[in-house]
Amino acid sequence: MTRSLCRILICCLISIAAPVAAQQADAPIQQVLQAHGDEIEKSSRRTIGPAIDALAASGLSEAQEVLERWQAKEMWRQTETGLFVWAEEIDRDTLRVFDFADGSELGTFSDDDYEQLKPNSGIRGMIGAALVRFQLTDPDPVNRATALDAIERDPEASHLAALRAAAGDETDPSLAARKTRLERLLTIRFDEDEAARIEAIEYFDGDLGVDVRAALNPLLATRIEVATALPEGDDIGRVLEPGSEALSEDDAYGLLVDAGLAAPRIGRDDKRVALEGHIENGRIAGIQVATLDSEAARDMAYAALAAAGEVEPVATEAEVSEALSSHVFYERFTGAPPAVVAAASGVLAGIENAVAVNQAMDLGLDALSLASIYFLAAIGLAITFGVMGVINMAHGEFIMMGAYTGYVVQLFVPDYTLSIIVAIPLAFAVTFAAGVALERLVIRWLYHRPLETLLATFGVSIALQQIAKNIFGTQARPLTAPGWLDGSLVFNDIVSISYIRIAIFVLALMFLALILFVMNRTRLGLEVRAVTQNPRMAASMGINPDRINMLTFGFGSGIAGIAGVAIGLYAKVTSEMGADYIVQSFMTVVVGGVGNIWGTLLGASLVGSLQKGIEWLNPSNTLAAQTYMILFIILFIQFRPRGIIALKGRAAEA
Amino acid sequence: MSDMAVDMGRRRPFVVRHPSVLIFLAALALFTVGVTILAEGFGIGVISTSFVKTLGKTLCLCLVALAMDLVWGYCGILSLGHMAFFGIGGYAIGMWLMYARTELIVIESLAAAPLPPTPQEISDGIATQIFGVVGASEFPAVWAFAHSLPLQLAAVVLVPGLLALVFGWLAFRSRVTGVYLSILTQAMTLALSLYLFQNDSGLRGNNGLSGLQNLPGLDQVPQSVVSMWFFWASALALGLGYVLSAWVVSGRFGSVIRAIRDDEARVRFLGYPVEAFKLFIFTLTAIIAGIAGALYYPQAGIINPAEIAPIASIYLAVWVAIGGRGRLYGAVIGAAFVSLLSTWFTGGQAPDVNLGFYTISWVDWWTVLLGLSFVAVTLLAPKGIGGLIDLLTDRVSPDRHGADLGPEPGALREKEADR
Repeated sequence: MTRSLCRILICCLISIAAPVAAQQADAPIQQVLQAHGDEIEKSSRRTIGPAIDALAASGLSEAQEVLERWQAKEMWRQTETGLFVWAEEIDRDTLRVFDFADGSELGTFSDDDYEQLKPNSGIRGMIGAALVRFQLTDPDPVNRATALDAIERDPEASHLAALRAAAGDETDPSLAARKTRLERLLTIRFDEDEAARIEAIEYFDGDLGVDVRAALNPLLATRIEVATALPEGDDIGRVLEPGSEALSEDDAYGLLVDAGLAAPRIGRDDKRVALEGHIENGRIAGIQVATLDSEAARDMAYAALAAAGEVEPVATEAEVSEALSSHVFYERFTGAPPAVVAAASGVLAGIENAVAVNQAMDLGLDALSLASIYFLAAIGLAITFGVMGVINMAHGEFIMMGAYTGYVVQLFVPDYTLSIIVAIPLAFAVTFAAGVALERLVIRWLYHRPLETLLATFGVSIALQQIAKNIFGTQARPLTAPGWLDGSLVFNDIVSISYIRIAIFVLALMFLALILFVMNRTRLGLEVRAVTQNPRMAASMGINPDRINMLTFGFGSGIAGIAGVAIGLYAKVTSEMGADYIVQSFMTVVVGGVGNIWGTLLGASLVGSLQKGIEWLNPSNTLAAQTYMILFIILFIQFRPRGIIALKGRAAEA
Repeated sequence: MSDMAVDMGRRRPFVVRHPSVLIFLAALALFTVGVTILAEGFGIGVISTSFVKTLGKTLCLCLVALAMDLVWGYCGILSLGHMAFFGIGGYAIGMWLMYARTELIVIESLAAAPLPPTPQEISDGIATQIFGVVGASEFPAVWAFAHSLPLQLAAVVLVPGLLALVFGWLAFRSRVTGVYLSILTQAMTLALSLYLFQNDSGLRGNNGLSGLQNLPGLDQVPQSVVSMWFFWASALALGLGYVLSAWVVSGRFGSVIRAIRDDEARVRFLGYPVEAFKLFIFTLTAIIAGIAGALYYPQAGIINPAEIAPIASIYLAVWVAIGGRGRLYGAVIGAAFVSLLSTWFTGGQAPDVNLGFYTISWVDWWTVLLGLSFVAVTLLAPKGIGGLIDLLTDRVSPDRHGADLGPEPGALREKEADR
């Protein structure tokens, strides 16, 4: 009592002496600080808790500033009066001092009279946690959202009370929803009350969020224990068999050794080292070293050493298996009390079912987009190979030419949307011209000699690839999608699809419609079908087969060019990009059934979903997926050599 | 050695009926003797060891081209998978070479240890040495026979043979022919190379097998001598392969095979089991390709999955087409000509052509030239280089222009029938 009187007296004296303004020594915030003055000054992580809590719980508006300044190492204490202030360092020795109570400047002082408070990182973390409480009720919604982000990143038990306190008066509906969700998640993790935790767990029944699974999974954490008989209790999980996938025999025996239930076993290397340490005159325990060239001989030598007391005795294989079979291994739940574990595992099972359903949907979307890429790559081929019966191995290089056309256009037209709009017809024009040239120069001489067509177009393919390499170099060139195709359409945490894949899918559908229209509803399509079915008869009807063949081939090649632009947006543009698709494209056409656009669509769907399905079974390995897919297709062709949709009757003979 | 092949050839009566076999064997023997005299190993050293290896590898490529000609030029099956069989043969011998050599190294390093090594320690040591590069340290199942040379030599023949037998049986049984078969064999090749590219395929992923030029236990023998051994072996294999191929395509069997190429349906209607004939040729050529690969890769020193990629098989078809398919010496000439020319161009020895505004560097433009000349050969000279020999021997083929005489595209034309 006398001391505090003294202090007040001194305070008064100082305030008189202070030249600028007097510090409010009796302000409520200063009283709170003084009540915990010693803990704050000699702070340690263990003792500081009550002081921070008192500040945070004081309900004073200045408390937030005190905590922020403290955290930023800007709080100082007057050595004589013991009053807390905050200060800016003007230079090495001088401080500009401010009062916490009203933020007024107290003047400029030498730092000899003040002691800086330097909280260590642990305490700064605790202060930060306390500050969250203030940020959660900050008037600015941005700050509130930042606080929520911080909690989501690194939740702590102390946040729970803050969240509950701040939940009621939230005005922004989306922030309110986030607060509620976060409060529920933190309840699951940190609440002491079992009933409240279970209630919170059940709140998330069927929720697909990754955060929910992240909160629930630790509750189901287990520890593997061993005993001679299975103990009773709610917290006992499954019984494990040594040598099963969950518990290898080595691990099981390691548990026994750790529990002191069995003698240690020695590894091959340790045994060798032990033996090497006991070589005397070329012998170990009387056994010739040269004979120790098998594990059995080494075991015998080690046993002899152990019998002589030279090394620790170890368990033999028989003792190991005996020990393993006479003990029971089980899991004990360590993450949470049994009731909570039961609730969590029930909800988690439901969630995992929902996740599986959604993953299947996501896989379906992936398969669909892959199918549309294959369809795009193959549809030009469906015309040249499927309708005309011409094997064009340079088809992949037309795709590549289209993609490079897109790249070159982007060099001249910097606006990505405009450049794509320019690139698509230009790519069609370029590859149409290339296709017509190929047909005029090479293919028309080789009709009815399919193997030679195949070889000649291979030659063209090799040459085109190398020319592209010589012009554009071997590194991948970017073909950038317009900004509005960035990002993806997100349905929930699991199901999402990027807009670029949607665009490719739409493009594939448009191509399908276009080709069906051209082939079935236009004069050109009629003539094409006539020429492919019977060129002589078509010629007698006044159709010029040469012209039609040229146009059809150009049309198929032009579509490959547009597909190249689309594929280039999705993958990088390289000189080998066409070659990567050519085998799959032929597979698509052959599987679907030659001579039928719908067949190509079915073939692309089959090939795409098959590849995605195999990838899902073995997600680490897309190479294996492609291998197995090709093997499957080879087998498929055994049973349906003419594809899914086989032409019947005379058309099949042509 | 080659003289022996000639002697063996002389005993066969058909050689007399087919003088080209004798000419070929004589040329091969002359070539082998010439290289032996000029090379470093046993001769005067005009030809460097690396060039001897190139020549030896070329002989192996000629052998696989011979197989390709047999299956494509004579039987009409355009297989785009024979380089896969070639690669399998290389992998089979490479596994033994790598295992045996690593075993010697491991035993040597373990010999310094105080205790004699156990079999398990040796095996672990070898596995760590070989598979450390793909992050594994255990032997995959495919290496079960790698310790034994006879078993791996058997694998050189059996694995390509069985693969071809199963694949061919599936394909021919369901009447997959023509371009469909080509695409299917190409798919098989692609699947195999993609599989081998994986690290967990057990064959070291894209690292492949390396150090194959070193024969286990023969480190003291200089490479100039080893290269000659392989050169002789390749020459012998080519000679035997040529005689075997010539024997297969002569006589009644050869006639049936050529008939299948020209009109499969008619041969079937005549009562021949077309599928069995095709399967036999397909499997036989796969075995020849496997043997060629087993001789090629110890000379190349390294094999990786890129060697099996579909493009390799396409190049094989290119060689045969440029050399002239449907005649055995054509395949050999094509493979030797194109692969040596390719080595010359891509090796940077060819002089660049300065056009004033642009300098054609052959390292970059050789592939373009090859592709375009391939198109030109297909269009303008279907007989390839072999056609030049027809000019010399004054054999003229029928003019194939004119109207069809039969319903099939391959049927005789008007003027052919006239001759």
